[in-house]
Amino acid sequence: MRSQIQLMAEVREAFGMALNAIGTHKLRSSLTLLGILIGVFSIIVVATAIEALQGNIEKEMSQLGSHTFQVQRFPAIQVEDDMESVEKYLRRKRFYLSTARQLEERSTLAKHVGVTAEVDQGEVFSLYAKTAPTVSYRGMSPSAFETRNLVVAEGRALSETDMESARYVTVLGADLAKKLFPFGSPLGKWVQFRGVKYTVVGVLEAKGSIFGQSQDNFMSVPITTVLNRYGRETSLSIQVQSPSQEAFDDVVEQTRGVLRTLRKTPPGEEDDFEIVSNDSLINQFRSITLAVRAGAGIISSIALVAAGIGIMNIMLVSVTERTREIGIRRAIGAKKRNIMTQFIMEAVVLSEIGGILGVLLGIGAGNLAAAMLLTPPVFPWDWALIGLGVCSVVGVVFGTYPAWKAANLDPIESLRYE
Amino acid sequence: MSLIRIRNLTRHYVMGVETVHALRGVSLDISKGEYIAIMGPSGSGKSTLMNLLGCLDTPNSGSYELNGTNVADMDDNALAEVRNREIGFVFQSFNLLARSDSLHNVELPLIYAGVPYEDRRERARQALANVGLAERMHHKPNELSGGQRQRVAVARALVNDPSIVLADEPTGNLDSRTGEEILSLFEQLSRRGNTIIVVTHEEDVAQHARRIIRIRDGLIAADEVNPNPRAARLVGAAERVPAPA
Repeated sequence: MRSQIQLMAEVREAFGMALNAIGTHKLRSSLTLLGILIGVFSIIVVATAIEALQGNIEKEMSQLGSHTFQVQRFPAIQVEDDMESVEKYLRRKRFYLSTARQLEERSTLAKHVGVTAEVDQGEVFSLYAKTAPTVSYRGMSPSAFETRNLVVAEGRALSETDMESARYVTVLGADLAKKLFPFGSPLGKWVQFRGVKYTVVGVLEAKGSIFGQSQDNFMSVPITTVLNRYGRETSLSIQVQSPSQEAFDDVVEQTRGVLRTLRKTPPGEEDDFEIVSNDSLINQFRSITLAVRAGAGIISSIALVAAGIGIMNIMLVSVTERTREIGIRRAIGAKKRNIMTQFIMEAVVLSEIGGILGVLLGIGAGNLAAAMLLTPPVFPWDWALIGLGVCSVVGVVFGTYPAWKAANLDPIESLRYE
Repeated sequence: MSLIRIRNLTRHYVMGVETVHALRGVSLDISKGEYIAIMGPSGSGKSTLMNLLGCLDTPNSGSYELNGTNVADMDDNALAEVRNREIGFVFQSFNLLARSDSLHNVELPLIYAGVPYEDRRERARQALANVGLAERMHHKPNELSGGQRQRVAVARALVNDPSIVLADEPTGNLDSRTGEEILSLFEQLSRRGNTIIVVTHEEDVAQHARRIIRIRDGLIAADEVNPNPRAARLVGAAERVPAPA
């Protein structure tokens, strides 16, 4: 109890004197902590910006419906770009409408099996729009509205009849509907894409935009219509929705088994297709941003080491300047340990002030960058705390030698020091 | 029992190829409540003796018992504790922390002694009041006169209730009138039972003590009782230094 009080008092004294000493040499101290500030700033600004973007990118990647995964030929995020691995994907068999139908028949666990194909981009015309916006043209099966998480705002979704008859009908994204039909309801009117007219049967709810990029700028038409126009060989993506989160893994396993049978994948060989879910996309994205963060981490470590040397330098000056004070303290009963504490504390406080300023400025600047990309502000607590922790370590590591030097000064000599 | 018991204390310094024998075997007994002046010209070894008495230094040989404990071969931490509890230093150049106010300067020994905050503050206030500086608690050294600074130093020396007050040329940086003020303060402390050792080369200052020890060439040349110690002549200063409570 008593020793606790003593420790508190000593630390308090050391802290007070540290602030006192730093306050006495404002210019010198601020120049010294600038190094720390820059080091911490660089990592925090990157971490903040990434975290802000991440929230958005993750939202964007959540375009699949709940408990849904997608089966496709190519991986979602392709890291390798050498010919060999690209060829590996290209050699894979395509998914046809028949594959999806057989999958739907055979998979007993799945709730929905949807089929989509993003086959084309081009200008679309209507009688009411002055300009022809460029849109993406998607083929969809009726169940794909479920699996892609699309909600109809007006009219209806594509139906089984549309699909069976391969009708020339379309459901428009919210933005597109507004652009093509600024003055009234688009339902029942036609739009023209690549010289073919489609009747609008529905408009979707807006999904908003990410990084200023609209997510609602597309038209969807029955998948069979797409196959008629673009050929039976068009490669499709298949989405499978599980009835619940619990059944998700089972549905994935069953789908994998069925697909391997359908595609005649020899046993023991790896899948010749990719299964992508929201989670797997997010994980892949995270692993990429991790590399960016690690890079920023290395840069800021270098800056922090340089700053630490600056702190050590200024602390050595401080020890010399205060030789007399050290002598006085030793004479009235300060132990070496007390002097050590005092000077290490000074180094840590100096470094922490730089650290706190660096964190605040970093978060400010990171959010400013994020705000320009229209993302909401974030506060990366984990990185801020790590940053401050590292500052303390820097203070202790680079403050120890000057403090040791101070503690081991001869009291008699230091009392005489002018 | 003596407060201080020194036997055959020696201390030498190696300076390059030469060895300087600062103390060549000093024996000394000091009892509680004595008011002693240690005198000697420069180079006589009186500073070395003072450093040893103040536990700032350790002897090469001999024994030094302070309050019954042998401090001659204590380690650094133990010596720091002895300095903290048993010895109050008063220096020629005051040696106050320039950036701290009087109160903080005075409470400093109590911080290292581990005295809780409230208690510490109270004792520091009391010590400052005892040297007549109750009004100057929150002044920094550069806002005080030389005499006031030295009184802060005396308050600091006394705050932890030490066995000895060790003053090294306490009036050296003061004009003669403020010097008398400090010496009068010492007389009052001595009357209250504090043990005071003043190291000086001024005969005038030494004459205030009741016992004068003269050092020459590292040995005690004379150790005599001062038959009629001089009282501090307070020229209009009496009312500035109230009697300690």
